Amino acid sequence: MEDKLIIGGQELESRLFIGTGKFSSHEIIPKVIAVSGSQVITMALRRVNFSNEQDNVLNYIDKKCILLPNTSGARNAGEAVRIARIAREAGCGNWVKIEVISDNKYLLPDNYETIRATEILAKEGFVVLPYMSPDLMAAKRLEEAGAAAVMPLGAPIGTNRGLMTRELIRILIAEIKVPIIVDAGIGRPSQAAEAMEMGAAAVLVNTAIATAQDPVQTARAFSLAVQAGRMAFLSGPGAVQEYAVASSPLTGFLHK
Amino acid sequence: MQIRVNGSLETIPFSLSIKEYLLNKGLKPESVVIELNGQVVKREQWERIVLKENDELEVLRFVGGG
Amino acid sequence: MSFADKLLKYQEFPFASYLAGVTGADIERTLAKEALVERDFLNLLSEQAVPYLERMAQKAHQLTVQNFGRVILLYTPLYLANYCVNQCAYCGFNVTNRITRKKLTLEEVEKEARAIAQTGLRHILILTGESRHHTPVSYIEDCVRVLKNYFDSISIEIYPLTEEEYGQLVAAGVDGLTLYQEVYDPVTYDEIHLAGPKKDYRFRLAAPERACRARMRAVNIGALLGLQDWRKEAFFTGLHAAYLQDKYLDTEISVSLPRLRPHVGNFAPRSVVSDRDLVQILLALRLFLPRAGITISTRERAEFRDNLLPLGVTKMSAGSCTSVGGHLEEATEGQFDIADQRSVREMHAMLVSRGYQPLYKDWHHL
Repeated sequence: MEDKLIIGGQELESRLFIGTGKFSSHEIIPKVIAVSGSQVITMALRRVNFSNEQDNVLNYIDKKCILLPNTSGARNAGEAVRIARIAREAGCGNWVKIEVISDNKYLLPDNYETIRATEILAKEGFVVLPYMSPDLMAAKRLEEAGAAAVMPLGAPIGTNRGLMTRELIRILIAEIKVPIIVDAGIGRPSQAAEAMEMGAAAVLVNTAIATAQDPVQTARAFSLAVQAGRMAFLSGPGAVQEYAVASSPLTGFLHK
Repeated sequence: MQIRVNGSLETIPFSLSIKEYLLNKGLKPESVVIELNGQVVKREQWERIVLKENDELEVLRFVGGG
Repeated sequence: MSFADKLLKYQEFPFASYLAGVTGADIERTLAKEALVERDFLNLLSEQAVPYLERMAQKAHQLTVQNFGRVILLYTPLYLANYCVNQCAYCGFNVTNRITRKKLTLEEVEKEARAIAQTGLRHILILTGESRHHTPVSYIEDCVRVLKNYFDSISIEIYPLTEEEYGQLVAAGVDGLTLYQEVYDPVTYDEIHLAGPKKDYRFRLAAPERACRARMRAVNIGALLGLQDWRKEAFFTGLHAAYLQDKYLDTEISVSLPRLRPHVGNFAPRSVVSDRDLVQILLALRLFLPRAGITISTRERAEFRDNLLPLGVTKMSAGSCTSVGGHLEEATEGQFDIADQRSVREMHAMLVSRGYQPLYKDWHHL
């Protein structure tokens, strides 16, 4: 069956986005990408540390993949905009994941600054995917500001706690027209499947894969879980009898 | 002369191009992104642009991130 | 995208074949869903859904109680004037009908207000025909100033206005708009609106949205059931409400289900809507739009209204009168005939006996 996710005019087969942080070595990344079939890969931009030479993560990402640089490190809209522009100039394409975090304790995104950055960057022709706290009003404003998708968090970054924000994400899925991509917090393949079954358009997974004992096998498990969840969503839920047959019918008067 | 690199003051010789600066630092130029005084500088221009006193240089690189 | 654009997308949609192809399994799936999409709504309006009405009713009842409680807001219409320049084939106020034309003076408005307020009602719906000459926006404003002393919420059901004019009335104290598209099918619309400014389909279609933009607190829409194939008309009504709900989160959107009533003049409904059909529309709307208000007016018979009560209704009119000066001694001919003649007190007693709380004041306009 034809089921493609379209973001920023690009057709995607895979609904699993993968982050490249926290891997024990860059060499694992290409294997993870290959086995998962993922087509959208995130990375970050950082100042070079001159005393500790490292190589560029881009060298480990298949050229066929869409690069989704994030703006991590940005504490306000201005910084996020600056990072996005640098990434584009550096030849990363025009996709950007906006991540504005001004809270160092919980690492929760700043929705207000994220909306401002989205507005500016969408006008400059970026395909903007904002990472956000699942708040309906904020998501509506992101949509209005031109976000290509909205990426609510399932749980705080790196916690692997699953869909803690389930009910709020459910609301976003029901009310927001652009794709909803669950980002952050997904710790297990079953949680990714659940998000997809609820109707999320895709999920972004990083920590759960990068810190697994066997990241390659875990990536494969996530990929299958995302496909299974999507398939379940598309095929419709089984008809669970939600309401017991009533003792006093409400429509009896129609038969009199 | 002094310039600011990634936020820290640094003393460098005169008439150094961006590319020469990076090579002096032992960096592979193809692996980094350069912002000079708030403007991104395209790789093709690195050989031509010579660093001046008080320039603010950002040397950035793509790293793993989610 | 405007709602007109959205409607356009359905212009080529093969309703007849889609509706004929709906199966029992489709209805089962729709009923199992938590949130319905447009196709689910259409499934519930199909002939195939009829055997499922009882299950739909149980779910509709449960959703309504969950979202609104067992509460019914009571209001009453107040006709300010019946001057009208339009020729709507189905309406008693049609300019070609020879009826007594009247417009209340501000003193008469005050007398009516006092009489209605004595029944305990605090929500009022004021109506006029379409005559910018006899009942200009400034007249409505003057009436609102008088009515504010008696009512907590004032809604209007008048000719469509511009966004600025809606803003003007909101500033004067109006907090609700009722405006029926009458019929969403543009061809029928043109056929039955024989003459007058109301011929402008699109100006009317976009009016509820203009009111939302002007920050009207509540907007109530509907199709006059019987003018066209009710399944399609009910479907478009639901889509319209969903469109407004999605776009204007701060506006309370509700839907009315007016069925054509006998009136002065001759007009036979083109699509007869039976009681069962009306129940199906009500239930499908409730399942598609769990948070929308649903109004059943005194156009419907008392006993039937009582039966509809648990199926998703949230607002009912009481002590209604569709003539100008109806609460005074000299009244004109009504716009349509009232089927439920019960007084506010009788409605109150009926609601309480069925375990519902009658609500007179839901909102206080500051």
